[in-house]
Amino acid sequence: MNAEVRPIRTAAEQALAADYQSAKKRLPGGPAFARLREQALAAFVEGGLPHRRIEEWKYTDLRTLLREAAPLADPPDKATFARAKKFDPLPGVDVRRVTLINGSFVGELSDLVQPEAGLTILPLSRALAEGHALASRIGRLLPPYYDATLALNTAFVADGIVIGLAAGSKLARPIHVRHLFTGAAAAAAYARTLVVVGEGAIATVIESFEGPDGVAYQANTTAEMQLGDKAWLEYVRVQAEGDAAIHLATVLADIGAQAKLHTCSLTVGAAVSRQSVFLRCTGAGSETRLSGATLLRRKQHADTTLYVDHMTQGCSSREMFKSALDDESRGVFQGKIVVRPGAQKTDAKMMSAALLLGDAAEADNKPELEIYADDVVCGHGATAGALDENLLFYLRARGIPRKEAEALLIRAFIGEAMEAVPHEALREALLARAADWLAAREHAA
Amino acid sequence: MPAVSETVERVRSIDVDQYKYGFVTDIESDKAPKGLDESTVRFISAKKNEPQWMLEWRLQAFHRWLTLREPQWARVNYGPIDYQDLYYYSAPKSTPGPKSLDEIDPEILKTYAKLGIPLREQEMLAGVERSNVAVDAVFDSVSVVTTFKEELKQAGVIFGSISDAIREHPELVRKYLGSVVPITDNFFATLNSAVFSDGSFVYIPKGVRCPMELSTYFRINEKNTGQFERTLIIADEGSYVSYLEGCTAPMRDENQLHAAVVELIALDDAEIKYSTIQNWYPGDAQGKGGIYNFVTKRGDCRGKNSKISWTQVETGSAITWKYPSCILRGDNSNGEFYSIAISNGHQQVDSGTKMIHLGKNTTSRVISKGIAAGVSNNTYRGLISSHRKATGARNFTNCDSLLIGDKCGAHTVPYIEAKNASTVFEHEATTSKISDEQLFYCLQRGLSGEEAVALIVNGFVKDVLQHLPMEFAVEAQKLIAISLEGSVG
Amino acid sequence: MNLLEIKNLHADVGGKEILQGLDLTVKAGEVHAIMGPNGSGKSTLSYVLAGKPGYEVTQGSVRYEGKDLLELAPDERAAKGIFLAFQYPLEIPGVATMTFLRTALNAQKKRRGEAELSTPEFLRLVREKAGGLGIDQDMLKRAVNVGFSGGEKKRNEILQMALLEPKLCVLDETDSGLDIDALKIVAEGVNKLRSKERAIIVITHYQRLLNHIVPDIVHVMAKGKIVRSGGPELAQELEACGYAALETEAA
Repeated sequence: MNAEVRPIRTAAEQALAADYQSAKKRLPGGPAFARLREQALAAFVEGGLPHRRIEEWKYTDLRTLLREAAPLADPPDKATFARAKKFDPLPGVDVRRVTLINGSFVGELSDLVQPEAGLTILPLSRALAEGHALASRIGRLLPPYYDATLALNTAFVADGIVIGLAAGSKLARPIHVRHLFTGAAAAAAYARTLVVVGEGAIATVIESFEGPDGVAYQANTTAEMQLGDKAWLEYVRVQAEGDAAIHLATVLADIGAQAKLHTCSLTVGAAVSRQSVFLRCTGAGSETRLSGATLLRRKQHADTTLYVDHMTQGCSSREMFKSALDDESRGVFQGKIVVRPGAQKTDAKMMSAALLLGDAAEADNKPELEIYADDVVCGHGATAGALDENLLFYLRARGIPRKEAEALLIRAFIGEAMEAVPHEALREALLARAADWLAAREHAA
Repeated sequence: MPAVSETVERVRSIDVDQYKYGFVTDIESDKAPKGLDESTVRFISAKKNEPQWMLEWRLQAFHRWLTLREPQWARVNYGPIDYQDLYYYSAPKSTPGPKSLDEIDPEILKTYAKLGIPLREQEMLAGVERSNVAVDAVFDSVSVVTTFKEELKQAGVIFGSISDAIREHPELVRKYLGSVVPITDNFFATLNSAVFSDGSFVYIPKGVRCPMELSTYFRINEKNTGQFERTLIIADEGSYVSYLEGCTAPMRDENQLHAAVVELIALDDAEIKYSTIQNWYPGDAQGKGGIYNFVTKRGDCRGKNSKISWTQVETGSAITWKYPSCILRGDNSNGEFYSIAISNGHQQVDSGTKMIHLGKNTTSRVISKGIAAGVSNNTYRGLISSHRKATGARNFTNCDSLLIGDKCGAHTVPYIEAKNASTVFEHEATTSKISDEQLFYCLQRGLSGEEAVALIVNGFVKDVLQHLPMEFAVEAQKLIAISLEGSVG
Repeated sequence: MNLLEIKNLHADVGGKEILQGLDLTVKAGEVHAIMGPNGSGKSTLSYVLAGKPGYEVTQGSVRYEGKDLLELAPDERAAKGIFLAFQYPLEIPGVATMTFLRTALNAQKKRRGEAELSTPEFLRLVREKAGGLGIDQDMLKRAVNVGFSGGEKKRNEILQMALLEPKLCVLDETDSGLDIDALKIVAEGVNKLRSKERAIIVITHYQRLLNHIVPDIVHVMAKGKIVRSGGPELAQELEACGYAALETEAA
């Protein structure tokens, strides 16, 4: 509230700017993309890392949390491929898998063969280097305010995946973009996924993020999704980074007329994580369903921040986010629904619920409505509280031990956020990951 | 529907500009020179014959204020305020201090009569209106009269102007003034601390249930005048008081600044019920003029089992920036906030509450009803937080917004921070318009569009209205209808 | 040996003494009815037996199978064969009835050191028990008690009882909110479970349930104590004269 003196740049901010200068020659892309990078870096130099006085980052003070800028990660060595191959983050789901290690595309671990009709899939580095038609669509979506993590991603991104689906086509199986971090030293990896779903096309895209425990690596990732009219995209992300990692994600989507975007996120990893989701309903009559489950323990901190912009008429959106917070963990949910002038017949409902399991756990909720049209039905609900003692008693009176009864109730609580995933095997795989978390909790006691 | 037809009649009887309290009272006044510097602060303090400690307190605030900037975070837009182009003190001449009714300028008495505020005790006792309400009337910068002082004195209740209290009860004022809203609190509160001119002071002694409703009526009359009143209410152990404030101002082209501070302190087992009907001049149909209402109101539930309840009906002002809050310090204390905020024309409202749970087993409840019409913007902003050690904290919040017309905005910005596992917070909010079906149903039964809207809106705000003292609830109901005049096309 | 032996039981709820020196002895094979007006402490007794948090025993003892019951956690008591049919069965959104039944049964078996049931075994068992109570597959797939009618909830309680095969069943106002047809189904379900090894305590306000589940012994509770005990004829007497006469007697 008092005079905001422009702060001296932190060591991390200075290091990031310097890293860019030394790295930019090596980064892929033509002059147009180089310009985007320069603009993004200029914005970062101007705006810096966000801190608690920046409203959108009130509960996640990145300036404090990101004290040091880790050096850019090296491309992975072959020795790690074999280990990566063995590990399947979503067993039992039949997918087309592509793998990025330390932010770089790994052909040996990726399946790009025989794409179905209408599917274009290639590494982002190649798309940029070759000036592929889809490359020009990267960086088109912008959030409504300066966002440091996106700016850094645009400046530094070296690789990722570009997926294009022609009008009317349908993916035979989900595409799974697997992000892995390997290495024992702190390093920063930047990756981007672009998904362009043509008119009436249907796709399921999964992204998963994993890495070793105990390594303070920094993963910065962006997903850009452009849905044409009547397109239908199911998007699932599983964030299970190592326990010392910082995970910063930006998800952007433009949703065309009568298109459907359904997303589900499961967050269990990282010491500090943030997912910023910026959606724009650009065409009339679209349907958006966002859901997420966050399971935290110890001192983990996870922030989900949504901005759903109803730009035009007749769009519906549903947001359902659940978090189970154990020990001293902190879960943050900020969700803003904006209804612009003229966006009549908007139907938007948002729910966030936090289960406080640890005595020192903290849940910060900020559901926001900003509404400039009158013929709307909008609402939000937010709750925070412990498990219902009466329910626990009922279960225990039937002979179920306390920890098991808790697990049953927690599973039911967070399950609601995942039950909307239509792909059955995928849904089961997500629930299985959640069950692993619960099992670990039960055994820890 | 008698209430509705009465409302509509009221609407018809008022001017095109709809604001019935917009007249100016022609009296002479005693002003401080325009502008603000240390000498202004000294001038005000001297005018009030204040003790040295009070002057020093003000000066401390003034120097602090010089280092602050206006807060920017609220969703309100207005041009820069020139703090040097205001009068910081204006008192009706010929009324140098507390006085009997006979000494008051008859013009002022007429003003209050026009406003419907009875100042003559015999009339009130004769049952003319609101028979058991004691009134402190504040005209521009000073308190002009307080009624029922004797009756209250018998009960041990101190009720009067804060200027009197500073001289007559310095031990209470020194102990409590600034203890809830410190002089460093925020830009407007700090400004108020430096230049406040008058306001009400209430002290309810141990175990006393205040025998009547207490009420302060604020009136801004003078041009270019800032009004900075300061209210301090202390409910000692086991006491109870219900307090109401009302506010109006004349219609003027320029914007007038109102920056009040209200501090409430409830000790063990005490209860304070504070109600506001805010009807400052909202500006004209083009958005010209109107009061800038930047108010800091905070209650401290300092004692165990204490209770503070805020009820507000906000229909006036060009800009409202106000967050009556409760600090739930005492174990088992309880805070409540009930609000109706109506914005029409070019009004901008950014209002809500903070419930800060610090003690054990503290509970709070927030019910907010926002109604936006015209080209106005109406924001609910609230914070519910539980401290690590505030085990058993409970809150329920409900904020609903109603939009009338497609040029206005309704916004909800709640912050909900649960910092321990035994906290239970529930929040729900909705935004919608008046249903076409409801409207049609009313029209089919013969109500006019405006009557129907008034009826439906009154239903929408019912949960809050019922928390107002009876006689004010009726007044508020009428005010709501008047405020929405012209909102249906 | 006595299955349940309660001596001079005093219990507080929220700082208020509800049970004020209650004595009760139940042997295996017996069916006891406890009747009494509202507020006499009937439900409190059932919660104290099941171990509900917040129900604090301040004096007296409860021995079950010769051992101190009060030191056991609620789930330990359940595994030892104590079953409470709740007056108001709770709704558990998101937990399928099947999952719930299976978790409970296996948790109890595990605690007793018995083998857990395989999926087909379990399904067969549920189908067998559910059929007689008119509970269909659809109901079992739904979340526990969510959207169930009053009668469905009570039938679900009896199904759990049949499945878990407890030694001591406490039925807390199982008849409340049931129409006569539902009452008959529930009573039949309970009667099927009567056996030499099992004791049942039926808590009820009205006599009508006792026409269908005929007790061996009837107790009358008032002000936190058992004030009279007798045969089934005592219930008839109460039906005729009401509790008022008894209360004056107790005072």
